[in-house]
Amino acid sequence: MTEIPEHLLKRAQEARDRAAAKGDNADAATPAAASEPSPASAAAASKIPPHLLERAKAARERTAGTEVAAMAGAVAAAAPAGGAVATAGAAAPTGPGGHTQRLLTVVKSGSIQDVKSAPVDKVHVWPHLLVVEFVAALAVTAFLLIFSIFVNAPLLELADFNATPNPSKAPWYFLGLQELLTMFHPMVAGVTLPGFALILLILAPYLDKNPSNKPEKRKFAISLMTIHLMFWTVLVMIGSFFRGPGFNFVFPWEAGLFFEL
Amino acid sequence: MAPTPPSADQVKQAVSDLADKTQSSQAWNSIFRPGSIFRKGYNDSPRNRSYVIMNSVLYHLHPVKVKRHAVKVSYTLCLGGLSFFLFILLTVTGIFLMFFYRPTASAAYADMETLRSAVTFGLLVRNMHRWGAHLMVLSVFLHMARVFYHGAYKSPREFNWVIGVILLTLTLLLSFTGYLLPWDQLALWAVTVGTNMMGFTPVFGNEVRFVLLGGVEIGSDTLLRWYVLHVLMLPFVTVIFMAIHFWRVRKDGGISGPL
Repeated sequence: MTEIPEHLLKRAQEARDRAAAKGDNADAATPAAASEPSPASAAAASKIPPHLLERAKAARERTAGTEVAAMAGAVAAAAPAGGAVATAGAAAPTGPGGHTQRLLTVVKSGSIQDVKSAPVDKVHVWPHLLVVEFVAALAVTAFLLIFSIFVNAPLLELADFNATPNPSKAPWYFLGLQELLTMFHPMVAGVTLPGFALILLILAPYLDKNPSNKPEKRKFAISLMTIHLMFWTVLVMIGSFFRGPGFNFVFPWEAGLFFEL
Repeated sequence: MAPTPPSADQVKQAVSDLADKTQSSQAWNSIFRPGSIFRKGYNDSPRNRSYVIMNSVLYHLHPVKVKRHAVKVSYTLCLGGLSFFLFILLTVTGIFLMFFYRPTASAAYADMETLRSAVTFGLLVRNMHRWGAHLMVLSVFLHMARVFYHGAYKSPREFNWVIGVILLTLTLLLSFTGYLLPWDQLALWAVTVGTNMMGFTPVFGNEVRFVLLGGVEIGSDTLLRWYVLHVLMLPFVTVIFMAIHFWRVRKDGGISGPL
């Protein structure tokens, strides 16, 4: 037989306990009827309306009669064929205790339906998320506007092919690459290394088989990425601030800044 | 006998009647969809909160509801959203700049000087475009770092990470192509250094450089080429990849986490 789910068993047990407690109370309240609770007190204890109780009682009496009749029929039919017992039993529309219906099985959710997602705590995007986004956008706009009012973007002299500035620097985000050029062959520094780094970056989710997103469980991945990011950051910083004429190493507080955004 | 001026109450009544009539009109209701705060009888109910998102072409990038932790600023630091917002800001300021700029070697620099000195708000908008571009490179980079440290690229979001790396590359290319356009010494030599590096691509390095420069050296053809790349082609490609990126965020079950 299918196992009855725990919460249903619990509910049934609670109902039984409640009924028992109520019965005790009723007994205590009416000590005179201790031996046999009167129909009135029973009716008062249960929430079933009296006319339904009456009807059920009548039905029980009626079925008791038919059961006796069916039993007699079964006994009579038992002699000719054994299979007749089953048919006779099925013909009677009653279960044990005179109930007209009974619990055949309980289908637990999850046995037929495939429940994949647990319910999650959610909030409405409006206003909770949109307000945050709006304030963030406003803050960035304000910052950019005020910064642009006070700091002008650089515009040097007209481009001149005959006047190479010293030093000549790439845009700041490529200065790490330019820094590598001082150490390696141009093909390695300018193409192979950055290409390799880019491909590794793209493949990261396919190389990292660790399913956890907890920092303490992915120390290797986090260390590797931090080293990688620091590598480029340091190179960009050196290229931006510590490289002077001839792309030689200088200290900005001694030789001045050779850097334009 | 002069007609008596209407009392304050009468004026108030007339105004509120007019507002009522306007809000009930067919035209009004055809413009403002259900959930709009301009609708008659708008109130703050879960139904209207959903309608606000569903009935707005911009907001429905978002789902109606998100995980509670997803609205925490400390988790995302708004970096992805701000990158997108900076892209919009750069598009708007860039369109403004396009009105005053000709991508030829003889006119570009003069147009830049005119823009700075003679165009109303020209200097300010140019500053915003330049600083905004640097800020966008920074915010896209930080967004990538944030996503990595949260392990947000893991299944089922692997492919969206790949799209993200492509978007980072596109951002760098957008910034780099824009670098040449002022046609000053800074632009010319920074781009010279940058494209020289690309010339070292193995096997077909010279071809790559030739196609990028539109010749063997930087010149007017390079300027036109990079202008078209900067104002049309790269933004076009970026918008396509951004669309896929945002769509995948939703298809992959919203943002990752919590940790």
